Amino acid sequence: MSFITDPVAFLANWLQGLLAGWGLSAEWLNFLMLLIGAVVLALLALFWTIFLIWVERKGIGRFQERPGPNRVGPFGLFQPFADMLKIFTKELITPKGVDWVPYNLAPVLIVASTIMIWAVLPFNSTTSGTNISIGILFVVAIGSLGEMGVIFGGWGSNNKYALLGSFRVLAQLISYEVPMVLVLLIPVMLSGSMALNEVVNSQHIWNIVLAPVAGLIYFICLMAENSRAPFDLAEADSEIVAGVNIEYSGLKFGFFYVGDFLHAFTMALLFATVFLGGWRGPYAEQYPILGFVYYFLKTWVVYFVNLWMRFSLPRFRIDQMMAFNWKILTPMALVILMTTALLDKLLPAGQPILRVGGFLVLNVILLVGISLLLSKLLSRRPRPVVAPTPRPVARR
Amino acid sequence: MTPMQIVFLLVASVTLASAVMVVSTRRMFHAALWLILTLLGVAILFALLESRFFTIVQVVVYVGAIAILVLFAVMLTRHVMSEDQPQLNRSWWIASLATIGLFTGMVLVMRTWPIFTTTQRAVGPGGEDLQKLGFAFVDPSGFMIPFEIVSVLLLAALIGAVFIAAERKGGKG
Repeated sequence: MSFITDPVAFLANWLQGLLAGWGLSAEWLNFLMLLIGAVVLALLALFWTIFLIWVERKGIGRFQERPGPNRVGPFGLFQPFADMLKIFTKELITPKGVDWVPYNLAPVLIVASTIMIWAVLPFNSTTSGTNISIGILFVVAIGSLGEMGVIFGGWGSNNKYALLGSFRVLAQLISYEVPMVLVLLIPVMLSGSMALNEVVNSQHIWNIVLAPVAGLIYFICLMAENSRAPFDLAEADSEIVAGVNIEYSGLKFGFFYVGDFLHAFTMALLFATVFLGGWRGPYAEQYPILGFVYYFLKTWVVYFVNLWMRFSLPRFRIDQMMAFNWKILTPMALVILMTTALLDKLLPAGQPILRVGGFLVLNVILLVGISLLLSKLLSRRPRPVVAPTPRPVARR
Repeated sequence: MTPMQIVFLLVASVTLASAVMVVSTRRMFHAALWLILTLLGVAILFALLESRFFTIVQVVVYVGAIAILVLFAVMLTRHVMSEDQPQLNRSWWIASLATIGLFTGMVLVMRTWPIFTTTQRAVGPGGEDLQKLGFAFVDPSGFMIPFEIVSVLLLAALIGAVFIAAERKGGKG
């Protein structure tokens, strides 16, 4: 391999050779390589967030027909640096009566839970942080660490608005975890393993073609897990006065901010890995650097759709959100899981066209059936009548 | 002492200390936090046994679901911090004597069990075989009956919870 075709493996091999030449023993060498890899990955994730913040602010500006930040640097590119400087130099005010450990642990947990997901993603045919055999379950477990961060922030802030906000967010997070985990079982079934490397390696046909309903449900649940609009009632300024973030100032709020934006990108990375075939593409095995490029492109498409929905849709009320999850998403996830399992065994294994056709037909039937059922059920519900009596307009 | 034994002793002592702190700390929220540390300690013990699946499942189920529900319940409880009542009641020394006696008795009895001094079985580089676990769950000569009974138990718990929390039509909500 050369530097051009496979930069990460080339650099790792070179560094390993250098360190072994200096006389380092085998397990120290392994430990040092893993440590360097972890630090590089975490730093990369955190520095990438700076660019993501700029993209999001420019994007939302353009969607709302305004220029977005354009004063600090060309096209406002240095705006995130200005934001960073402001956040770093703000005073860290700790309100009286806070519970010290949860209060300070909350931002750490939220950012840590996002960065830890980067450890199991396969960036390349040769590059991934670690290839544990239960990668998908690891991602679910890390999500629950993030929920813990929200609880700690809400309770530790000694503020009833923070507490109420964290309750609502927590209800949303644990509710949307259910269809997410159910739907994640479908790529596990189709690829035969929970390791993310195997899930990507087995996607000769992308999973989104084989299980589009599962992909849709997973996309929605990832947006809800991130508390992104339209599910952002956690930070709704008009409702709960910034929710969990109220009592955090300076860098602690910066951590919440970073965690939010990084989680959006991580969500796009996860979706691209599990459903869009990760780094797979033409010539991605021979030239691993192309794997990076394909992964990057797929993630940007998903991230853009995520941003698009964030900028365009109004937010849900909490009862609408809960009803959507428990009455629509969870039954749909259960049905698609059972039928996909059944069809997976019924369809013969060797013929990809038949399998793809069978799965697509199943998904289309399910989507059409559910939408018909929903329209029938919703049309029966009485619509609230707002103005029953004719109200006279103010007359002179 | 091998390094693994030292690590095991460290993790086990942290787990036990957290478990003691769960019941002896004054503030209930801190008790829940210590419980989370205890459950994470048990997860690390699973990892020391080279069982990756159960480590992650322990984190997902216990820390991710049960601990969160415990925290929810603690946060929704009123009058959580009553500072004027004593933390331990008067017979705490009898309770600790009984606990130590029970522990000593159990260790003495288990020492007569031949498997007590066996060494840890190596699992292998690929981790444990999850397929065997899956097959064992649905095998009639395996663990299918306990599996089905646990499923029915969980279903009963779910229905019970829904029944308790459901609004009565035309009655108290």
